[in-house]
Amino acid sequence: MAFTNEQLERYSRHIILKEIGVKGQKKLMNAKVLIIGAGGLGSPAALYLAAAGIGTIGIVDADKVDLSNLQRQIIHATNDLGKFKADSAKESMQYINPEVNVIAYHEFVTSKNILELISDYDFVLDGTDNFPAKFLINDACVISRKPYSHAGIIRFKGQLMTIIPGESPCYRCVFKEMPPKDAIPTCRQAGVIGAMAGVIGCLQALEAIKFITGTGELLTGKLLTFDALTMNFHKIALPKRNHNCAVCGDNPTITELVDYEQPACDL
Amino acid sequence: MLITVSGEKKEYAEGLTVTELIAQEKVEMLEYVTVSLNEEFLQRENFDNQKLNDGDVVEFLYFMGGGK
Ligand SMILES: [Zn+2]
Repeated sequence: MAFTNEQLERYSRHIILKEIGVKGQKKLMNAKVLIIGAGGLGSPAALYLAAAGIGTIGIVDADKVDLSNLQRQIIHATNDLGKFKADSAKESMQYINPEVNVIAYHEFVTSKNILELISDYDFVLDGTDNFPAKFLINDACVISRKPYSHAGIIRFKGQLMTIIPGESPCYRCVFKEMPPKDAIPTCRQAGVIGAMAGVIGCLQALEAIKFITGTGELLTGKLLTFDALTMNFHKIALPKRNHNCAVCGDNPTITELVDYEQPACDL
Repeated sequence: MLITVSGEKKEYAEGLTVTELIAQEKVEMLEYVTVSLNEEFLQRENFDNQKLNDGDVVEFLYFMGGGK
């Protein structure tokens, strides 16, 4: 596949990078990334991945755009209110880069659909807002051996880690099981600074790009935390692998997916 | 003794336990925090007895559920 002149110009700032080059840009253009959640984290990630020329981007969300989303979910605009977020996100991505094949899924991930949804993609990005989804995505990605980026945000804080199943610790290695409902404040209850979603969502997009192009060091075996009040980034080195992990340990007890009980905080 | 807590090296009293450190550092949501000591996860039931030593590296890992 040769680049057109237009592509050479569109992606010239990538191609000039020795870590990306023509080869890396081709990898991006052949890659498929699934973004689960077209919200705070998913918005910046989807916009940058579309601009980067990712070949296929899947976007999964059954929600519709609500006024309270617009403080941070920058892929949606005021005139998108009431539209499916997946459709609104698709329009924004194609507005930036019509070359990208965007597939909008008007559904939430469940134990029934997730394995099939992720099966077609090279990398998954968790942009969800609740623990049942985060644990389900982890378990599905580990069982399917699908590399993915986990992230969470609250108030002025955010964190992320990258999981390569079988090689690096998974989310459940760190956080064994879901906290009980309402034990941990949600963004709806506690608030979140909009730009935090931008910072962490962009870091997830960077991880996806680095994974696809094989560039640099991924956040595998690391949890990167960011506090916007102190402007401290802190990278926590995780134990190698948790041999007792219920999903990626030596004797996993989770081998099939179930829908976890804990009502979502729909933000 | 000097212990590195969440990336910051600070002076602590000899014989400090993980439970005492959690109280001293005003760890939030302490029932749900994951603690690692020198890159090994600690079992919650050992927090009370786990004494810290000079040069130890402690990390607190918190749940963050937001994203949308
Ligand atoms: Zn694990």
